[in-house]
Amino acid sequence: MAWRDSRKSRGKLLLFIASISLGIGALVGITSFRENLMDEIDGQAKNLLGADVSVRGKAELPDSLFFQMSRLSKDESNEVYFASMIRFPSTDGTRLVQIRALEGNYPYYGDIETEPRRAAQDFRIAQKALVDEKLMLQFGVQLGDSIKVGNISFEIVGKIQKIPGQSDVGSSVAPVVYIPLKYLDETGLIQKGSIINYITYFQFHPDIDTTNVFEESRNILEQAGYDVDNVEDRKAQTGRAFRDLSSFLELIAFAALLLGCLGVSSSIYVYIKSKVQIVAVLRCMGMQAKEAINIYLIQVGFFGLIGASIGCLLGVVIHLYLPEIAKSFIPFDIQPTIYWPAIIAGLVIGVVTSILFGLLSLIGLRKVSPLSAIRFGYESLKLKLDLPFFTIIGSILIFLYLIMFWQLKDALDALINISILLAALALLYALAHGLNALLKKLLPKQMGFVWRQGISNLYRPNNQTVILVTTLGLSTAFLAMLYFMQGLLVDRVSISGKNERPNTILFDIQTNQKEAIRTLTEEYDLPVLQEVPVVTMRLLEINNQTRDQADADSTVDLPKWAFNREYRVTYRDTLISSETISQGTWQGKLKNPDDSIFVSISDGYAENLGLNIGDQLLFNVQGALIKTYIGSFREVDWRRVQTNFLVLFPTGVLEQAPQFHVLITRINQNDVSARFQQAIVRQHPNVSIIDLELILKTLEDLLSKVAFVIQFMALFSIGTGLIVMISAIVLSKFQRMRENVLLRTMGASKAQLWKIIAAEYFFLGGLGALAGLFLAVVFTSLLGYFIFEFTYVPDLLEIMGFFFGITALTVCIGLLNSRTIVRQSPLTILRNET
Amino acid sequence: MSEILKVKSLSKVYGSKTNALTVLKDINFSVLKGESVAIIGPSGSGKTTLLGLCAGLDRVTEGEIILNHISLNELNEDELAQVRNQNIGFVFQNFQLIPTLTALENVQVPLELRGVKNTMEPSIALLERVGLGARKNHYPSQLSGGEQQRVAIARAFSNNPEILFADEPTGNLDEETGKSIEALLFEINKEKGTTLIIVTHDLELAQKTHQIIKIKGGTIIH
Repeated sequence: MAWRDSRKSRGKLLLFIASISLGIGALVGITSFRENLMDEIDGQAKNLLGADVSVRGKAELPDSLFFQMSRLSKDESNEVYFASMIRFPSTDGTRLVQIRALEGNYPYYGDIETEPRRAAQDFRIAQKALVDEKLMLQFGVQLGDSIKVGNISFEIVGKIQKIPGQSDVGSSVAPVVYIPLKYLDETGLIQKGSIINYITYFQFHPDIDTTNVFEESRNILEQAGYDVDNVEDRKAQTGRAFRDLSSFLELIAFAALLLGCLGVSSSIYVYIKSKVQIVAVLRCMGMQAKEAINIYLIQVGFFGLIGASIGCLLGVVIHLYLPEIAKSFIPFDIQPTIYWPAIIAGLVIGVVTSILFGLLSLIGLRKVSPLSAIRFGYESLKLKLDLPFFTIIGSILIFLYLIMFWQLKDALDALINISILLAALALLYALAHGLNALLKKLLPKQMGFVWRQGISNLYRPNNQTVILVTTLGLSTAFLAMLYFMQGLLVDRVSISGKNERPNTILFDIQTNQKEAIRTLTEEYDLPVLQEVPVVTMRLLEINNQTRDQADADSTVDLPKWAFNREYRVTYRDTLISSETISQGTWQGKLKNPDDSIFVSISDGYAENLGLNIGDQLLFNVQGALIKTYIGSFREVDWRRVQTNFLVLFPTGVLEQAPQFHVLITRINQNDVSARFQQAIVRQHPNVSIIDLELILKTLEDLLSKVAFVIQFMALFSIGTGLIVMISAIVLSKFQRMRENVLLRTMGASKAQLWKIIAAEYFFLGGLGALAGLFLAVVFTSLLGYFIFEFTYVPDLLEIMGFFFGITALTVCIGLLNSRTIVRQSPLTILRNET
Repeated sequence: MSEILKVKSLSKVYGSKTNALTVLKDINFSVLKGESVAIIGPSGSGKTTLLGLCAGLDRVTEGEIILNHISLNELNEDELAQVRNQNIGFVFQNFQLIPTLTALENVQVPLELRGVKNTMEPSIALLERVGLGARKNHYPSQLSGGEQQRVAIARAFSNNPEILFADEPTGNLDEETGKSIEALLFEINKEKGTTLIIVTHDLELAQKTHQIIKIKGGTIIH
């Protein structure tokens, strides 16, 4: 019976199938992508690090510590890396790059991919270099040309295409140049105070279980201030880096599914509504209500399975496409493989969703009286708020929670996320009701018939206003929120690129170069906006407690980095514009060498370490111990393009300490910037220049790529939203069809009908857009405040653009969908009777 | 009395040339102003098609229909709609009220479509005339079949039509209610001096009209 009954009306279920397909497609696509990503991270973990263990520090690994790891290893490699300017003599181009001076056989796993391939080995034995492929392209440099690194030149023998663990975007921010370690000293770039990183890579014996000894050695090395990374650490780091993105994509996919559920619900409602008469006739013939429900439950389950199958296919296509668009910020290649658990889950979720949301309408069939078959009337499907109804609602909520839990693998996160989405839906529902009621109240009675009829349709019986406004609202909210957030993030990084702000930073300036560089800067008519000395030091004690003592003291909870990090500190007697004292007193000058030294620390640093005014800090300034007290807390605006510091010393303490200097200037013209950089690199090869414009461009590029992935997935939410909207419009279309044919019979012109329909959809779209934009502004403000720490100020123009865009789209879809209504011959009104 | 409706050599064929179905063939008749006419015949004889063509709801295949001195053949869809709005009233077997409008709003619709400013008073007067003044704010689903047909009659007369087309107006009602609706229809028709064309199976009802047109197999039989 289920099959026979569906024969003539399968077309009506197309929207239902489309809704479930898009929702399941997004879910399967994202889940497969995530699992594939994690599998690749697992499979390529060794390639990400290139070794079994890396030990990184600000100083070369002393022999005693080197032994801790070398006793486990069969081979070791050393690398020194730092930022420096390079120059291509053939084109006179200069650029800040990451110099990696390498010695040994690293990488042990994976490859430094180069062209020609053998160059990755060849460069190690002579005065030769490997240069990032894009950098060579950018400066028009060929293989065989030379590159000047510090005082010496290297022949370029290979183009770097891929480095273990580095993404395309990463290499754009800091392009890599490999040189042999044995030439590092000759470059003259290693000077006192320079920011240099030393890494030793270890390859372990594959057959020896090193776990216990490794952990012991790791502790010793970390105590000495070195970072130790093994394959598991790198795997976890890489996984964490993509977890936020994949969580956000999962949220979007879930929203697509939720919208799909709304689509399922409304399209099944339309379908079942058209079956009321048949059910009444069947009931006259003795069929029980539950038998009638079963007929349609079988149909819904079957077509749900078809929709879910199409969705799974769609999901596989998305999954094949996503790695392609995400590859620029993923540090390894992804070979898309079909993830069967996601497909099976997609099928199950599709069928169960269809049945649960279908049941919401189907239980209305219990109340269909056999009398409806006899008395032609306006019998519609009535939903009663009774126990079965609430049981289904409860089952739906539990089911949605289980899907979310399956996605996030965290009970609380799942609860929070689902609560946020349901709260958004509830808010939209309430807004839709409120706006509708307001419209009804404010509708002017003297308005023309056409407008009045169009608007009245929004609140007359059997209206679809609430479901349409909720659906449109959720889609609009997603779209607008993504757009607002993307704009804000781009603005946030772009702000320092404006003409009036500093855009060029020179660092690693030695004290004896300070005057010459200042003079050179002024010769180019560039302003010296800031000139700052920087002293590096380590923290030894807080309130007479060393790291070991603090670790042993259960009442002290200090972050690990407090003692491990290298502090870069400055000294001056005045505060700068990005700083204000929030607590205590700032003492800018040490009057007598025997006086206590009062430093100022940033309030965020104080909060993280739980420090108070008057606490004692003991620093090791490259061998000299300096005892200080916290005199004040400063609120620091870290977003300003200025050199900002966690710890600020007064003058009269660090003047004689080894230090380097930073100079900040502003260059408005590209050609001046290029000439100035060339002059600096020629005369002071150890000085590095950060061109903020270039960094900002790269960041914007990265953001736009991430945004594209997010928008691509958001399209599924929006697409599902549109399907739901169309299905809701179709639902109202059957309602309106009869009315419009009647109006036509009574003499309404086509223009009048079009106007009535346009007015109705204009207000529907307008209400939906308004509700969605309200939600988007609220969510953007909350996200901005709590996550990104900025205040979101809505842009009225953007909001207006969205409002009219969504409204126009709704009117267009509404009108397109209503063509058949207007074209319907009035004769059908008589035909329906015969 | 002048002719309000003239049907000349009317034929209606549905389908393509190879699969043509002739529903009406060579129909000729005319109706005088104020006259009442019954179209009778067995099911499938073409009564409703003829009514629809006369009311400008569909187009003839051959022949001509002149309604109130206007040839319907030459008009486009919107012009036909205008003719209906200004000249015609309808009463249907299944009442065909707009379910989302109240009884009063249903009666107001033809006037509002015409652009009449004050539609409230004449509509309420008509509802009172059909005995439903107290139910004016009720939706169709809240009215019985007989009451719905009364609202439909009030709506049909609301734009003071020259000619009223009724398609089996009592077909869906019990005998008693049918009689009262029938009486109401004829009464108001007489009061307003409207021409009435009624499709019916009920010979007793047909006997009350001035002219009876019998149709069988798509042609008029005498």
